[in-house]
Amino acid sequence: MVAKKRKKNLNFFERIYIVEIIKGMILTLKNMFRPKFTMEYPEVKFEPPASYRGRPVLVLDENGVERCVACGLCSRVCPALAIEVQAAETEYEKERYPEKFEINMLRCIFCGFCEEVCPEEAIVMSKDYELVYTNREDAIYGKDKLLVPIEQLRDRIEFLRKFK
Amino acid sequence: MPKIILDGKEIEFKPGQTIIEAARDAGIDIPHFCWHPKLSVSGNCRMCLVEVEQMPKLVISCATLASEGMVVHTSSPKAVEARNAVMEFLLINHPLDCPICDEAGECKLQEYAYAHGRGESRFEEMKVRKEKRIQLGPYIKFDAERCILCSRCIRFTDEIAKSHQLTFIKRGDKVTITTFPGESFDNPYTLNTTDICPVGALTNQDFRFKARVWEMSKTNSICIGCARGCNIEIWVRNNQILRLTPRYNEDVNSYWMCDNGRLNTFKFVNSDSRIDGPFVRRNGLLEKVSWEEALSEASNKLKKYKGNEIAFIGSAYATNEDNFMFIKLAKLLDVKKVMFARHIKEGDQDDILIREDKTPNSLGAELIGLMPINENLLNELFEEISTGKIKVLYIIEDDIFGKYENLKELAKKLELIIVHATNKNITTEFADILFPASTYAEKHGTFVNFQGRVQRIRPAVATVELDRALDGMSMSRWDKFGTPFDRWMQGKKYDAKPSWKILTSISTKLGLKIKYEMAEDVFEDIANTIDEFKGLDYDLISNNGIKIKNKAYEYIK
Ligand code: SF4
Ligand code: SF4
Ligand code: SF4
Ligand code: SF4
Repeated sequence: MVAKKRKKNLNFFERIYIVEIIKGMILTLKNMFRPKFTMEYPEVKFEPPASYRGRPVLVLDENGVERCVACGLCSRVCPALAIEVQAAETEYEKERYPEKFEINMLRCIFCGFCEEVCPEEAIVMSKDYELVYTNREDAIYGKDKLLVPIEQLRDRIEFLRKFK
Repeated sequence: MPKIILDGKEIEFKPGQTIIEAARDAGIDIPHFCWHPKLSVSGNCRMCLVEVEQMPKLVISCATLASEGMVVHTSSPKAVEARNAVMEFLLINHPLDCPICDEAGECKLQEYAYAHGRGESRFEEMKVRKEKRIQLGPYIKFDAERCILCSRCIRFTDEIAKSHQLTFIKRGDKVTITTFPGESFDNPYTLNTTDICPVGALTNQDFRFKARVWEMSKTNSICIGCARGCNIEIWVRNNQILRLTPRYNEDVNSYWMCDNGRLNTFKFVNSDSRIDGPFVRRNGLLEKVSWEEALSEASNKLKKYKGNEIAFIGSAYATNEDNFMFIKLAKLLDVKKVMFARHIKEGDQDDILIREDKTPNSLGAELIGLMPINENLLNELFEEISTGKIKVLYIIEDDIFGKYENLKELAKKLELIIVHATNKNITTEFADILFPASTYAEKHGTFVNFQGRVQRIRPAVATVELDRALDGMSMSRWDKFGTPFDRWMQGKKYDAKPSWKILTSISTKLGLKIKYEMAEDVFEDIANTIDEFKGLDYDLISNNGIKIKNKAYEYIK
């Protein structure tokens, strides 16, 4: 075996290590007095900024009706084929609403395309990152889990209006 | 032939053709809304404006006759500018509600807006609002805002359906379409207007909001509503048929189909009354059994009877392949009585498409060798059953007991009734052995229409034995990328087989040596044995069908 040449030849002080160890201890000591970033999840929870892309949710408007008109554009644009929509007729002016709206959270890659394509501002990325399920069926979120009152989504919608 | 020069390309035209027609024959599509190859020229949309050298102004190519040496530009700056201006005007009052519009995805206005639109509107005033969701006729919803007033629908009712039911009313930007006061738009062909309407103003009530057009797969097939055999496309999502649309075939149905065919010939495919798996009667009740069991039972029982104790009733709803195999089995068992029933609806016929014969394949059944049931034959059959001469009935794909009610009484005299059926009906109630037959939308095969044209059907809906990918069926994007864990892939698949396949299995059990893997093999055999089909194969029949040799078949009642 050919002995590998060191990349850098160490000088005397480096070779006795003591100086280096002291340097390392100083760094550790410095960090002990810096502000802490670690969160004690789940006791403490991370509150993401408006730009964060958590799970996509459907906007429930002030009048208690979903904004979605079941146009299927989010479903078409979704690169992971996560969304399934079934439209039906409604008496409201919007004519159609999603009778069924399902997002398969195992497929979703949180890209936000659905939010971007939606002509009705009806699907937005929420701040919810806590997704737990123990089987495939539970990972398919229906309207019951997807509909979120607009009050809880205000800052995302403002963010979208500003930057989309 | 005389020639014009279109965009620097020399193309031929027939004298009397307009520029748009000549271009179309040469495979060049000049953008247009109101022009339709089968309707009179109206020239109101101005979308087809082209520049013709030596003419002072742009001309509409749908109403300008082509003449020798004409030099036409469809994409010169002047023509393009005019087209873009037309688009801008059309979009001024258009609601742009594509998200809720069923036409989206197959809308001419969308397509041209993409190709010729500015991308934004300079119109700052309020759009003109009109009524939406108007029930124009029993099957049609009309959205007045979306209408671009091309008059195609009006011309269709005047010239093709000849019912003169629609007209424009009002003036200026208030113009809209309506029926005459108190009238409903209800001729037998109304839904064709939803196909030719270039926008989503007229939409099919039955298909309303069922799916977006890009979510479905489509398969070329034949309508089974009557002996015309209109060429159609079957639109399927999640293994469920959602709509039928006509497919152009000048020799059969042109661009049209009737409302009855469009609405009432596909719902049974996905209905709860489908027969799912084979059944055998045990202790008086039909019990679900395995295929093997049912097939053995059928062949073992059939073996016990002499040929003259059995009557076979084929079907004008079944394909030629099915009926051909039926006859093969009959020959094997030495059965002489091989018949089929016609289903004629007296008087329900017109000069447009609709035929009195409400089956898609009665001519085919006859050519293959089944005897059409007439009074004599029927009485003879009743007679022979009641005297106990005939002990066995084998019926495929037709509700014979529903049609000839006397049979219900006579059923007690019969020792064995074998039935192939797609759905539960009166006949299936009497079956001792019941085989689930694939519907026309689940198998390959051929029909012969009343003109003697052999036409192909193809599977659009998968049964248990079919796999979309492996069996070369058409697939939507969902079908391509779906897994068994996706709910949109879990559409019901029925455990059914085409009748010819079931009959082949029974025949093999009875000792016949045949090797049919596909419907195409059966057809090859038909082509080799039956004169009228000589020389034909599936490739020749292809999408447009082919007329049977040397015989101008006209419908015989
Ligand atoms: S975030 Fe992306 S992957 Fe998830 S549902 Fe929306 S489009 Fe599909
Ligand atoms: S794009 Fe928006 S409106 Fe359309 S189906 Fe999706 S959420 Fe509903
Ligand atoms: S008619 Fe066409 S352009 Fe108009 S709303 Fe419908 S799809 Fe959109
Ligand atoms: S309803 Fe459709 S076909 Fe009739 S005039 Fe309006 S746009 Fe044309």
